[in-house]
Amino acid sequence: MTVDAAPVDRPADDSGLDRTPGAAPPRRRRPFRPGMIALFLVTAALAVLWLMPLAWALFTSLKPEGETTAIPLRWLPTEWTLAAYRAVIGGSDVGLWMFNSIFTATVTTVLVVLVSSMAAYGFARTTFPGRRLLLALTVMGIMVPPQVLIVPLFAEMVALGLVDTYWGVILPQVVAPAMVFIMVKFFQGLPHELEEAAHMDGASRWRIYWQIILPLSRPVLAAVSIFTFISTWNNFLWPFIVTTDPNAMTLPVGLIAVEGGFGLRYAEIMAASVIAALPLLIIFVLFQRQVVRGVAHTGLSGQ
Amino acid sequence: MAVRSVARPSRRDTPASRPDGAPRRRHDWTGLLFVLPFLVFFVAFLVWPLLAGLGTATTSAGLSTSGEFVGLDNFIDALRDPDVWTSLGNTLWFTLLSTPILVLVGLVLALLVHQLTPARWFWRLSFFAPFLLPSSVVALIFVWIFQPDFGMADGMLAAIGLNPGIGWLSDPSMAMFSIVLTTTWWTVGFNFLLYLAALQSIPQHFYEAAAIDGAGDWRRLWSITLPLLGRTTGLVVVLQLLASLKVFDQIYLMTSGGPGTSTIPVIQYVYEIGFTNFRVGYASAISYLFFALVLVIALVQLRLFGNRKESDR
Repeated sequence: MTVDAAPVDRPADDSGLDRTPGAAPPRRRRPFRPGMIALFLVTAALAVLWLMPLAWALFTSLKPEGETTAIPLRWLPTEWTLAAYRAVIGGSDVGLWMFNSIFTATVTTVLVVLVSSMAAYGFARTTFPGRRLLLALTVMGIMVPPQVLIVPLFAEMVALGLVDTYWGVILPQVVAPAMVFIMVKFFQGLPHELEEAAHMDGASRWRIYWQIILPLSRPVLAAVSIFTFISTWNNFLWPFIVTTDPNAMTLPVGLIAVEGGFGLRYAEIMAASVIAALPLLIIFVLFQRQVVRGVAHTGLSGQ
Repeated sequence: MAVRSVARPSRRDTPASRPDGAPRRRHDWTGLLFVLPFLVFFVAFLVWPLLAGLGTATTSAGLSTSGEFVGLDNFIDALRDPDVWTSLGNTLWFTLLSTPILVLVGLVLALLVHQLTPARWFWRLSFFAPFLLPSSVVALIFVWIFQPDFGMADGMLAAIGLNPGIGWLSDPSMAMFSIVLTTTWWTVGFNFLLYLAALQSIPQHFYEAAAIDGAGDWRRLWSITLPLLGRTTGLVVVLQLLASLKVFDQIYLMTSGGPGTSTIPVIQYVYEIGFTNFRVGYASAISYLFFALVLVIALVQLRLFGNRKESDR
């Protein structure tokens, strides 16, 4: 559960899954044994299996509607067309939902990082009275399944007039006790010397947090940001509950709302799916290293 | 990253905050100011709804009516409601089916990819990419794949000469397995990455020593790798159990709990009672029963896991 039990014997920065060139210890394999070829073939077969649904969705989205239900199954379209994409982009609010998703996920992520890192700084680096109790309550908050909250939370949103608003989607998702906990663990491990020196120089707590602690914490801030963004972007249940107006929906919710509207037009459904899947896939390809480290980090810290 | 703190003694109290005693004491309250914004959110959107929900559970409240105090009636009704038991049973069944599969498949994939240095980014992308898809996209794709006759699943069976015509989502005895299959494809990447990270942090000299002693590949796997992954496995199992118990999205979107009630999870039942039948008080009571169940399982798990951690050190 805690970081300090992690079985590690190498420098901290190598805890990600990418080996830094030069730092990698010699691996135990000798090149080119028959076993390696078998291993390669098995892994490749599994990778193909894993990519197949994505490929199938992509190819379907590029078929003319009439070809999508052909029997026997055809993988590739005989005629490649973007008709389904045109129909989806022109005929639904995909663009608006994309904007809603980008906006709510970005604002949520910024707020989570700011609010949680401040709290983590307070918990890890100061000694105000009641600190331990509040930290314990926060950690207990991790145990509450968000699903248990949906009914009373919806009533609260009705009372606050936040149904069908961006803030209705965003605010409840800002509560991320697990992220606070991860950062508390990280901040506790930072050296004290710099902070003490700054203190002597008369720097305020805010300056210490902003100019010393945060810059030292980039890896954990990146992990928390990426995780919050992925989970907010993909969250279905809460936006589904709190938005009924198509104009306020996020992409995952909007997709389901119009699925009926597409009827059985599979090419269009798949085109919409591809559009919804693309942003995070692109982010992953661009930031693969950080995402992978983020997962590793979350795991080692426990939730 | 997380590991960074390993090398250093981690202290709960930060001595740095009061190196010189009294003058610093006044500053202690600024710590509370840092925690305050989070506390506001925490109370407003977690503690308050949690307590309000408990209050609502003791009333006959509807979606817009507050209802009367009915004491524990809702809880008693819930315990007598066969649909509560069906949905709880489905949730537990899904958890029991999916957890071992997701842990094992994650482990196997990580072991395979860990051995292959070339193109590791590609293997990682292949197995992790589905985790990045929204549940609605996963549901749309797999409902399409599971279509009878022209879907990919049947098409592949036909291609290797097997009889298609499996009611992937329409046969009550098959639907849950199809959901588990979908869930495995979708989420195993997370466990896979946790295991991959753990594998890469196993000290190399263990293997070198074993090689000198003449241990073969299998021997090293059984005697070094798997035992050293024990702590990670504990973590993966805990996270997976909690995640599986919360199942809702893919089931709701793929089968709406059907056919019949064969796949309906407890969260969906709460949703239907609360937002379709407008019996908010009753819905709250059911969600608290579920919460109690999750809490018990989580506490048991954490206890087991905590002990494992101690004994490892």
